[in-house]
Amino acid sequence: MSAELLSPLPIKRTCPYAPPAEHRRLREEQPIAKVQLPNGRIAWAVTRHEHIRAILSDPRFSSNRRDPGFPSLSHEPPPASDLKPLLLEMDPPEHGQARRAVLGEFTVQRTQALGSRIQQIVDQHIDAMLAGPKPVDLVQAFSLPVPSLVICELLGVPYADHEFFQTRSSALVNQKTPAEEIARAVGELMMYLGRLVADKAQNPTDDLLGRQIAKQRESGGVNYEDLVSMAFLLLLAGHETTANMISLSTLVLLQQPDKLAALQRDPSKTLAAVEELLRYFTIAEHALGRVAKEDVELGGVRIAAGEGVLLLANTANRDPAVFGNADELDLERGSRNHLAFGFGPHQCLGQNLARLELQIVIDTLFRRIPGLRPAVPVDELPFKDETTVYGIREFPVTW
Amino acid sequence: MRVLIDESKCCGAGQCVMIAPRVFDQRDDGIVILLDAAPPTELHAAVREAACVCPGAAIALDEGA
Repeated sequence: MSAELLSPLPIKRTCPYAPPAEHRRLREEQPIAKVQLPNGRIAWAVTRHEHIRAILSDPRFSSNRRDPGFPSLSHEPPPASDLKPLLLEMDPPEHGQARRAVLGEFTVQRTQALGSRIQQIVDQHIDAMLAGPKPVDLVQAFSLPVPSLVICELLGVPYADHEFFQTRSSALVNQKTPAEEIARAVGELMMYLGRLVADKAQNPTDDLLGRQIAKQRESGGVNYEDLVSMAFLLLLAGHETTANMISLSTLVLLQQPDKLAALQRDPSKTLAAVEELLRYFTIAEHALGRVAKEDVELGGVRIAAGEGVLLLANTANRDPAVFGNADELDLERGSRNHLAFGFGPHQCLGQNLARLELQIVIDTLFRRIPGLRPAVPVDELPFKDETTVYGIREFPVTW
Repeated sequence: MRVLIDESKCCGAGQCVMIAPRVFDQRDDGIVILLDAAPPTELHAAVREAACVCPGAAIALDEGA
């Protein structure tokens, strides 16, 4: 493709979490536009809701992140890898089979059964905050350990090892992490999980990994590599995403006390509020991409086989064609027609777990710590502009 | 309104169950179960939303029926 190129991506969010003006302009004027990636390659940036939905539902686009055309916002080439493909890298028919193997662990019913345990975990971490010194960093004291503990328990990973996972998953989602450090983190995680899965095969446990081993055994034999690759993805996905949503949601609700007060008066509105917060932040935007397997005509452009498409869902989630007053945080909007969890057959497997965790956090945190407030000026907070998952690095709070 | 589901397209996101629990449920393996193929009028808006946000396009509606 020949191109008059736009500013190289990524462009920082503004204000501090709204889509950059450049992406809005693209959405209005050039909704499928050629852009330059940090590694110098060219890809298409897609900024309209309808186009992103279409691409994510279209089997002519591949999820194979190891294809050289797959758009990456990392400065480094992906490490050469002999890992089994992760669920999020697979295409049909392998993807459907692999997803269906684990789907039963994430049904609405199974997820809701975790509610009382999640409530306990949230309360314990608030107890510890209230008993400890202040100010305290909300990220380390609350936002990160709560989802981390939930996913560790669900999978059957000993929580004693959660720090090991936290540091390595943070490195993996940072676009500035050097290639050799990424390779090392991946290697260490895989080795750990390999030992864990082997151990569970010897000493059966009633947790996600234990149940998967039992299920595979019944149907012929245990595939250790598949299990390790699945555990790797679920742990990674369970750490950074919900954690960043907790920090960002807390911040924006503290900044808009009238909206927080309305929520506290009527907790039946929390689930709709969670949906709106998901739309408003769309934190995993930079994880959404595809590569065309064949030529595709879309929105008046021709995307050629082998070309990457970068799906800027944060901008699409403010698309005025779909959302009225799209830039406003309207906690009663209640629209689920957003792309925060992606779309199509790969849509987030843990989405209902994430919703439940956020709902419990919002219902509990402000009630139990009524004077909660940021301990530093908000414009001094370090936002994560160089990560695959957007968020706040450190969020000192007091009360 | 008549509701049709295509199990082969279902990716088990569970959004329909969250939005319209009187019309949709999930099997133990996560795949959709249709509880009511001809839901009453008061549920139509929720069913339309479920069909709209279904990530696998597994829910089809026949509005004429």
